[in-house]
Amino acid sequence: MISNEPAITPELIAAHGLKPDEYARLVALIGRVPSFTELGIFSAMWNEHCSYKSSKIHLRTLPTRAPWVIQGPGENAGVIDIGDGLAVVFKMESHNHPSYIEPYQGAATGVGGILRDVFTMGARPIACLNALSFGDPGHPRTRNLVAGVVGGIGGYGNSFGVPTVGGEVRFHRRYDGNCLVNAMAVGLADAGKIFYSAASGVGMPIVYLGSKTGRDGIHGASMASAEFGADAEEKRPTVQVGDPFSEKLLLEACLEIMAKDCVIAIQDMGAAGLTCSAVEMGAKGDLGVTLDLDKVPCRETGMSAYEMMLSESQERMLMVLKPEKEEEAAAIFRKWGLDFAVVGETTPTRRFLVRHGGVVMADLPIKELGDEAPVYDRPFTEPAAKPMIDAALIKPPMGIADALEKLIGSPDLCSKRWVFEQYDHVILGNTVQRPGGDAAVVRVNDGPMALALTSDVTPRYCEADPFEGGKQAVAEAWRNLSAVGARPLALTDNLNFGNPERPEIMGQLVGCIRGIGEASRALDFPIVSGNVSLYNETNGRAILPTPTIGGVGILNDFTKSMTIAFKAEGESILLIGESHGWLGQSLYLREICEREEGAPPPVDLAAERRHGEFVRALIRDGLVTAAHDVSDGGLLVALAEMAMASRIGAVLETPSGVAAHAFWFGEDQARYVVTAKDADAVIQQAKAATVPLTRLGATGGRVLGLADERPLPIGDLLARFEEWLPAYMAGSN
Amino acid sequence: MKSAVLVFPGINRERDMARALRLLSGREPAMVWHADTALPPGTDLVVIPGGFSYGDYLRCGAIAARAPIMDAMRAFAARGGLVLAVCNGFQIACEAGLLPGVLMRNAQLRFICRDVYLRVERSDTPFTRGYNAGQVIRVPVAHGEGNYLADGETIARLEGERRVVFRYSSPDGMVDPNWNHNGAMNAIAGIINARGNVLGMMPHPENHVEAAMGRTDGRGLFAGLVDHFKQAA
Repeated sequence: MISNEPAITPELIAAHGLKPDEYARLVALIGRVPSFTELGIFSAMWNEHCSYKSSKIHLRTLPTRAPWVIQGPGENAGVIDIGDGLAVVFKMESHNHPSYIEPYQGAATGVGGILRDVFTMGARPIACLNALSFGDPGHPRTRNLVAGVVGGIGGYGNSFGVPTVGGEVRFHRRYDGNCLVNAMAVGLADAGKIFYSAASGVGMPIVYLGSKTGRDGIHGASMASAEFGADAEEKRPTVQVGDPFSEKLLLEACLEIMAKDCVIAIQDMGAAGLTCSAVEMGAKGDLGVTLDLDKVPCRETGMSAYEMMLSESQERMLMVLKPEKEEEAAAIFRKWGLDFAVVGETTPTRRFLVRHGGVVMADLPIKELGDEAPVYDRPFTEPAAKPMIDAALIKPPMGIADALEKLIGSPDLCSKRWVFEQYDHVILGNTVQRPGGDAAVVRVNDGPMALALTSDVTPRYCEADPFEGGKQAVAEAWRNLSAVGARPLALTDNLNFGNPERPEIMGQLVGCIRGIGEASRALDFPIVSGNVSLYNETNGRAILPTPTIGGVGILNDFTKSMTIAFKAEGESILLIGESHGWLGQSLYLREICEREEGAPPPVDLAAERRHGEFVRALIRDGLVTAAHDVSDGGLLVALAEMAMASRIGAVLETPSGVAAHAFWFGEDQARYVVTAKDADAVIQQAKAATVPLTRLGATGGRVLGLADERPLPIGDLLARFEEWLPAYMAGSN
Repeated sequence: MKSAVLVFPGINRERDMARALRLLSGREPAMVWHADTALPPGTDLVVIPGGFSYGDYLRCGAIAARAPIMDAMRAFAARGGLVLAVCNGFQIACEAGLLPGVLMRNAQLRFICRDVYLRVERSDTPFTRGYNAGQVIRVPVAHGEGNYLADGETIARLEGERRVVFRYSSPDGMVDPNWNHNGAMNAIAGIINARGNVLGMMPHPENHVEAAMGRTDGRGLFAGLVDHFKQAA
């Protein structure tokens, strides 16, 4: 067979995203010029998305261990032990670049990919969350992106059959050219039956499972490893197309073959499809892999080796099969209507050998494909320290009541009902707390345990001070889990940044990772999985540094989870933590004063730990009736959220010592609001735990009443809260 | 009460339904595969649950309606067996000719998951004997195609014969466009066939059956069915 592969030219090498020195490294490694297929394989394995070449050395500094961690980073997802023989498998992943190009499919396949990462380990997915960042509402693409992304997430998750129970949505002009779609999936498994990806055994069949391979998504991973220029639109064929029905079938079939003990190793085909999964499975097991592409089920005719190796067609898995189980496994896949094809075998040679039509199209050293990928220690600069904003020098442009109304109706703080009502958040019948609270709470089987799940980050803090911002993201996840009464167990991180070849961007990445590591260590809250998405910039303008943290906590009794709503009139409202009126990088400063300035609020990790444990103890002992952490927008926004959730108002006392606007809208960290029938009991506990506690007032009535301010009817606040997003999406604002 | 839950590829609310049936009837339902040709002997109630059978390809429920098990289903219904068809199940029942009308895309063209209020129009059916006529219950919906539509003659017949069993309403039981999230004709949320043994409904009563999980308005439907079979025995 005459090979009609294109000749290797400098232009072709560059088009594959390989820099000249990287190509030189490739040639030195294999001792010759690569074939076209081999070039494609290297471009997939060595791009940023698959190799983590810019972030690897910094990610190594993160704490990943704890007695309850079964599997840390390095596998398809992280695994933690929750007791009772059960394990929770979870991870968050980005699908940023594809979603910008084709919002519906980009977001849908992001969900599909992360679901596969979870069930490939033997866990049935039980919940999803997602963190979305969009550009300025006034930007011409934003509305379309929101509609497409939300539609795609719902379209995939709802059909697959997993509840989407929480997340974040934010808007900022720095995401104008690069939206962020971070999808998190959480699954439940038998702690003793986790499936890993390392192949073992020589001469074992390698089996292709799932949907047929087509030409969609070729070079998806390479596209995700580069900035957008003016030609972004032309990249549409690089976006994969999802089929949640196939994925549902794949889930059931995979869980069945796992239950029937057919599987030695299994990995989903995600970024760089067949290439990445085959190479990783072999390399991890210190084995070679031989593939015969003639056996790959294709849905298009005449696909080349290059295309088959790089296709990112969805809903496919690769597994190493116990040879004696082939009949049984094939029958299961036939029953579910999916392809099951033996496409290769493990070998003792440590070569990655790919044949097509009898011709060797690739013959590469399997471990070096991963191990010899470039690892960069990129130069970085730290941003200049921002000055602390003195609240006394900030003259309030409007009254407190007016400011609260404006904030409650602003894009970042307003109700996201328009979004979460497009997600089935009830399916499986285990959603104890639906979207709208501090964390989603999902019962484990029939109980009594439940998981608390949250996704958090404050990008403007990270921009101003990456180290403090990184700490704050972890601290906020910790607070959100504690506020519902859950003990935080572990987290997954999805780091979204601009071009790491720019020292100031690299500095953001390094600083945030340092902050995340510091907080994770101080809080005993290890990182068990994660994802890095770089090159989120367009025409040289980068996104705000956005290290999204997905947190998982455990509740021993799902009936004891705490919610934010006020429960009754006449209860005391108490504030845990200290308020110094920190306005730097606050939403008040941005939305009301129109200034994006200042150092972000510092994070005292010892205080975060103490206060979180204190709140959990209060909840456990039944001493409080509502709890809410204080974050974006500050204290008055938190109180308004508690009032709106219950339609019960409050009478609030005038603060002393701090200017009113700074007190009510400052974003000091490590704070929670709780309500209690017996305030004295709580105050006593606080003294014993050396936790600062302040009386704020009492619940009651139908208005939020502050001294010297016009009363704010809860109904009016609710109207403001609920109106912005649906009106925006209807095109009317 | 012996119940059977049909499972087609892509159905995804069968576990929710099985849990509700188990809790209210004290018995684990049989899960029946779409490719089977017979229902378990002695089946009292067949449930077609929610989901996206066959990915909603072609039309919601169109392919499932032609699955092998549906012949046995139709025979069961023809004999007077009770059938509860929920959400995708309702769509499948309409496609299979067990119920009239179709479920179109929600008027606002988006999937909606939220709690809605339903007015129970009559309590003299096996499905609604657990409620009072006029009672308002709160159950979740989760669908993109729940907008019930039928021609004028069919609607007139349904209304005339009192075959609309559940209607979307306000919290105090008034039919009101503001409380009809998907634009269904006459705010129709659930109907029965002429014989009264097949019920199709879009909302999910099976998700509101546990006090510990928040609401129990869905219990009445299942409890009523269990009662019906106890009385008949």
